[in-house]
Amino acid sequence: MKKAFPILAVLTALFLAYAFYQAMFIAPTDALQGDVYRIIFYHVPSAWTAFLLFFINFIASVQYLASAKPSSARAAKWIVIAVGIIGVVVPFLPQVQQWLNTIGMYPSSAATTALMIPAAYFLVGKYFLGQDLDVLAVTAAEVGVVFCTIVLITGPIWARPVWGIWWAPGDIRLTSTLVLWLIYVSYLVLRHFSDGAQTQKLAAVLAVFGALDIPLVYFSIWFFRTQHPQPVIGGGGSMDPRMLHVLLISWMAFLCFAFLVCWARFQLEKLRREVEEAEALESLLEPGGSAGQTSKGKVLSRGRQ
Amino acid sequence: MNSASAVKFLYAAYIATWVVHASYIGSLVRRYSRLRRQMKDMGK
Repeated sequence: MKKAFPILAVLTALFLAYAFYQAMFIAPTDALQGDVYRIIFYHVPSAWTAFLLFFINFIASVQYLASAKPSSARAAKWIVIAVGIIGVVVPFLPQVQQWLNTIGMYPSSAATTALMIPAAYFLVGKYFLGQDLDVLAVTAAEVGVVFCTIVLITGPIWARPVWGIWWAPGDIRLTSTLVLWLIYVSYLVLRHFSDGAQTQKLAAVLAVFGALDIPLVYFSIWFFRTQHPQPVIGGGGSMDPRMLHVLLISWMAFLCFAFLVCWARFQLEKLRREVEEAEALESLLEPGGSAGQTSKGKVLSRGRQ
Repeated sequence: MNSASAVKFLYAAYIATWVVHASYIGSLVRRYSRLRRQMKDMGK
């Protein structure tokens, strides 16, 4: 795996360069906005990547909380299966189908999205166990915050020449995105400054409730009248296929980049925990009276990120 | 706003994106170096 990292890093850099070339030179110029619309090729993929990472954080946090007891793990498993079944069946009910059509969403898209929840849950549960779930959760949250920061920076930079203002106060899409960012920043702050034994559980609970904001951010432009433009895919939105093609290339490139950064952050977090454990053990084995005091400090700091 | 001055915003957004990513990668490298130092100290 260690050998694969530099190779993947070079491939990702090339992919990002190709996406940049496509965004700047191949995608056609927008008739209304001119070239400034090309911000979309960084703004939207960053938002999608942030949502995906926060979703992974949510799944890992649920898994972490559920793994505390066999009974809660069983209950969580059946709840997730039920969510999957309901999510697949409900979009095809005639009334729901009609309602989905009015907002420009295919029932099959809604069902596929719903299926992602059990799929991600079981995939994460299969490959990550115990403390690795917590490591995955903090990794996804941290990298997600980086991408969400980019969304919050590039959004106003784009808004200024197009809307004439940097920020639309009270706009639900903008406000809910800012709240989402604040929730995950507070999650990271909690992990950094709290050193109690319950920190990981508290952070997981915060992550589960924080994730409730993700659908609000995503669907806000479907259900509310906002300054923010309508969705570019589905939801009645229309985009030139050449622009859409470049947008998807850009997203794939950013996904590869996010994967690499997450990989590095995951390994770093595991190493950090190993070092802290080794230090705590070392101070316990130290001859002299200070061992107990030192080890207590070290062990308590294990919750810190 | 004319197209030429609007392009400045495009460059600003792209530069800001990579500044954020570079800063984050820089912070990962710093944290890794600190861990390596800690491991070295423990080995002594």
